[in-house]
Amino acid sequence: MIEGLIGKKVGMTSVFVEGADIPVTVIETPGCFVTQVKASDTDGYAALQVGFLEKKESRTNKASLGHAKKAGTPAFYHVKEFGGEDLADGYKLGQKIEVTDLFKAGDFVDVTSKSKGKGFTGVVKRWGFKGGPASHGSKHGRTGGSVGQGSSPSKVFKGMKMAGQHGNTNITTQNLKVVDVREKENVILIKGAVPGAIGAVVVIKKALKK
Amino acid sequence: MNIIAEIEKDYLRTDHPDFGPGDTVIVNVKIKEGSKERVQAFEGVVLRRRGGATGASFTVRKISYGVGVERVFPLHSPIIESIKVKTHGSVRKGRIYYLRDLKGKAARVKVKDMRPAKTR
Repeated sequence: MIEGLIGKKVGMTSVFVEGADIPVTVIETPGCFVTQVKASDTDGYAALQVGFLEKKESRTNKASLGHAKKAGTPAFYHVKEFGGEDLADGYKLGQKIEVTDLFKAGDFVDVTSKSKGKGFTGVVKRWGFKGGPASHGSKHGRTGGSVGQGSSPSKVFKGMKMAGQHGNTNITTQNLKVVDVREKENVILIKGAVPGAIGAVVVIKKALKK
Repeated sequence: MNIIAEIEKDYLRTDHPDFGPGDTVIVNVKIKEGSKERVQAFEGVVLRRRGGATGASFTVRKISYGVGVERVFPLHSPIIESIKVKTHGSVRKGRIYYLRDLKGKAARVKVKDMRPAKTR
């Protein structure tokens, strides 16, 4: 059984479940198509390659078009491999994988996406430093303060928390509950927030730790 | 945004009467006690309505044994059995928070005549 699926973040809302108002993220999942089946004896490892979001033929280069033709599918904007045990169990080239095959309400999932970029950010926002007092002659403000001792060790240790690029990295949020899978709209409702901006491509996997 | 509106449609309640700030309402709330469920009424003046779609809520204020009590209800929540409007109030603000500072006779809201003008 394939372990995940690709979707698109639509936004957030809230729904009522047994009288409680539950915040949910709506992820559009019109389904993925199998573009390649990799087996350990031919490719060295087992994996299932799936495509998401159809691409016009006129916008596709010849290399990816050839790859798509082999699978009998259109080309896709997003192609991703899902590994695991030998996936010989019945996945064929060009087969469509639906959300309903994989997830149902009550399941737990891990969701991966590229987080919103925050640009070059100071330590208060990036690492949660407290900063100093804003007034009473303080010059500490939002600065980070000392980065280490003097002549011994006479260097700044690697991994020191400093200002820099924040966000725009791949983030996984683990153990989120599936509230509902709606077949009509092809969406999955996941409790809580999910990384990424609206319209971001997200990967939904079965929870690793549940 | 369209998809979200579509989803919310299933959770929105259309069975509530029209009411707004200044109205005196009775909110019948379902309360679970162990395995039993009963209905409790909360009667008071609506201070405000806020939010849209599934997140919409309203605040009701009443005086209970001399103490002001305010309760916020999610408008579309299934725990609300029903809402009954007792009287429509004549107020000039959307948020009538000034009621909190008033006591006794001053804290009353003038009743609005909702009959058509001809029959008055």
